[in-house]
This record gives sequence, structure tokens and C-alpha cells, in this order.
Amino acid sequence: MSDTVQKDRFDVVVIGGGMIGPAVAIGLLQRGLDVCILDEGDDVLRVARGNFGLVWFQGKGFGMPDYVKWTRRSAGLYSDFAAELLDATGVDVAHANPGGLELCLGDEEMAHRQHFLGQIYQQGGGDPYEIEYLDRKQVEDMLPGVPLGKEVVGASYSPLDGHVNPLFLLRAMHTRFQQLGGTYKPRHRVSSVSDDASGYVVHTESGDVRGAKIVIAAGHGLKDLGPPLGLDIPIRPQRGHILVTERTQPLLPMPMSAFRQTHEGSIMLGVSAEEAGYDDTVNTQSVHDIAARATRTIPALRSLNIVRSWAALRVLTPDKCPVYQESHSHPGVYGIASHSGVTLAAVNSRVVSGWIAGDTPPEEFKSFGVERFHAENAA
Amino acid sequence: MLKTRHDVTDKVSVTFDGQQMDVPSGISVAAAVLSVRDGATRSTPVSGDGRAPYCMMGVCFECLMDIDGIPNRQACMVTVADGMVINPQEGASRLGDGA
Repeated sequence: MSDTVQKDRFDVVVIGGGMIGPAVAIGLLQRGLDVCILDEGDDVLRVARGNFGLVWFQGKGFGMPDYVKWTRRSAGLYSDFAAELLDATGVDVAHANPGGLELCLGDEEMAHRQHFLGQIYQQGGGDPYEIEYLDRKQVEDMLPGVPLGKEVVGASYSPLDGHVNPLFLLRAMHTRFQQLGGTYKPRHRVSSVSDDASGYVVHTESGDVRGAKIVIAAGHGLKDLGPPLGLDIPIRPQRGHILVTERTQPLLPMPMSAFRQTHEGSIMLGVSAEEAGYDDTVNTQSVHDIAARATRTIPALRSLNIVRSWAALRVLTPDKCPVYQESHSHPGVYGIASHSGVTLAAVNSRVVSGWIAGDTPPEEFKSFGVERFHAENAA
Repeated sequence: MLKTRHDVTDKVSVTFDGQQMDVPSGISVAAAVLSVRDGATRSTPVSGDGRAPYCMMGVCFECLMDIDGIPNRQACMVTVADGMVINPQEGASRLGDGA
């Protein structure tokens, strides 16, 4: 144990202990590599503590068919990944894949939804796209005992959608990481990374840590850490709000994008999107708007108390699609940015770890490089 | 069971779990219940374990009770009123209860 505490040289140093870092790190350990996660304290932006918990397919990947495939792949791996976490750690992340709905209020919304998803299908060049459009009657049949608001005209449905408890997921991944022999170092805020003959040296507030390879999965921290290492990845914060109701008996059999019932009975309500810089304080108007839409959609929700609300800051790229990039100037340094850390946890653990370990990059990765943004800037 | 520190003459009559009782006016429902009940005042929706009022200041949500037909109310945040009907909160409420 004391060896572990003192150890400061690893095959891979992962910067970031949120949704992405530990997922990738678990896979690296399973490939026989010696891995360290560097994390900060609890007084920093903690995007991974603010998640809604959807494992979500429909609507992802507009303009990037490879992201559609990538999301499908993660959704497909999820049950097995969740089972691994449960078997190994005893932590039930409450993953369920009952399919998911996005309910539409009014014909205009429905038409817009069909147009949007239709474009994603078109962009896929004829690939199957697991989406169905339901009218109100079909939605009612799918949600027995859930009286719909009078404005609900229909929904889009995907059998690939599901959900998970994001806090248990985070805890399970951290537990699994340490169980597999990984070294977790909190209060190791990284200031810079340099290199010497032996590899990379990560300079932190609590001393240096060395790694042959470095994975930057630091959320908003990538913005400052990346550029000196040849990873100029444009990300910005986008604020989203979540409301949680008191626990109630099972009502909603599947997640509905903007709301889902947890396996313990709470109903979580979302979703907002605001440009507010790094301000993650709660905005009352956003809370009001979310609650108002929820009660228009399912009026019975009106009788529930809201027991908590919070805001968190998505890590958003300009096209909302993920970045997986190895530095050209610093080989062996990898940058990962995505606002879908929950949905992609399974594929990050099972597949992205292989890419970092040296496997041929997954086919989808041709689209996930950072060049796409720089090409746009040059045009 | 908790006792009041001095005699209070201004009282209201409430019912808890079917038992009628006179309690000082102006106190919270949670405080009133603690004067007649030693054990659990609710069961959790997750494990079914018993729970009772704890923080008494609106933070911990352990004191949830059904008050005048409305489930899951924070009993420490509600002042007793004459004729109030209070019941333990057993498990999760059903959506629409009290609506």
C-alpha cells in the first residue's frame, strides 16, 4: 500500500476524475497498463456530479454520422459494462434500456422533430436509424396510466435509449479503478506538462507525476491544459438545469428526454441550455420554464414537490460532437472532450482505452479529430 | 419522548396516526409528533427502513409526513393548526395523492 502512495511513475497518467477519465482508465488497467488518475479537490467545477443520467441515442450526431455509430456502439455495450461494475464492485448503477421518448407539444414541434431526425437519417447515407414516430394514441399505449397533457401530439421513439444513475456510475467506476490496482491522486491540480528523456512529467500542486502517455479528460480544464501540448480544442461551457421531485411510486416506464423517473422513485426534470460563461448558479427562470413544460406534458407532475435543483456546465464543442485527438506535436498525449460522458462511458472504457494502449483507432475516429474546427476557421 | 420545557396554555388539537392530542400552538408538526412518538414516523421508499424527524430545519427530509391528505410534507416546516390530520408517510406517495 505504501508503494502505491509513493508511486509517481506510470504507463499512463489520466488527468481528470470525472465521467471520461475513470472509464478510460478502467480499460487501460484491464489491458495490463499501470495507470494513475490525477484529480482536483471538491471546490472546482464538477460537471460529472451534475448529470441527468440519460444513456441517449436519438438526436445525437447531427452532421456527423460517425457520432451516431459511436453512440449506438456505446448503447450496445452498456448492459455488459453495467453488469461488470455490479459484479465487481457491488454498486448497482441502475442501468435500464426500456427505450426512450421525446414528447412533442403541438404539430409544429412534431414536424420539427421529424425533420431534424430525418436529416440525421439522410446524413447516414441509408444506414438503418432506430427511430419511430408515434402519434398520441401510440404514445398513450406505451405509457399506460400516464395521462398526457392535451397539447401532446406525438413523440419520437428509439429502442436504443435508456438511463442510469450517474452518481452511482461515477462511484462504481472509481471503485472499479482502484480495485484493478489504479492509483487515484486527489488534490493534484495540474499546472503544466513537460517532457524529458523518460517521458512526460505532469506538474501538479502536490508534486510531479510521470507518465509514458498522458490522457487529458479534464472537462473544462482542457481549455488551458491542451494548447501548450498541441491540443487546441475549442470547448465552451453551456449551462443546464435539473430539477428533482420527491420520490413517488413508479409512474414513468421509460425516460422521456426531458424527464425520467429514477429506480428509487424521484422524477428528474430537465433540460435547459444557456450561455452563462462559467457561472453554474441556479437561474430561477430556467427552473420555472422546466417545471412549466413538464406539467404541460404530464399534468399529474404538478402535485409533486421539487426537492432539489441545480445547474451544471456542459463541455460543448462547436458541433456538439466529441473530440478524441492525439497530439501531433506531443505524441502520446491525448485530448478527449465530450458532453456525453454518461452515454459514452461504456465505449470509452471498452474501446477508447484500446486506442490509447496502441490499437488501431476505431473506424469512427476519422471524424473525431480537432482538424474539423480548424478547417472551418480557415475557410 | 420529548417534553415541552414549560407549560403552555395556548393549545390546538390535532390527530396523529389516529390519536387525538392537544399540543402547544405555534410549534411545528414534527415537534408535536416527537412529543407522542418515540419511534419511526415514516418508512423510506427505497429500503423500507424507519425514519424520524432529525434536522428540524428543513434540510434532511427525514420528517416527511402526510398532512391533511397531502403526502411527503416536511413536518418540521409546517406549523400545527387546530383540526389538523397528520399521518406517517409510508413509502413513496402515489402520484396524484392529495392533488
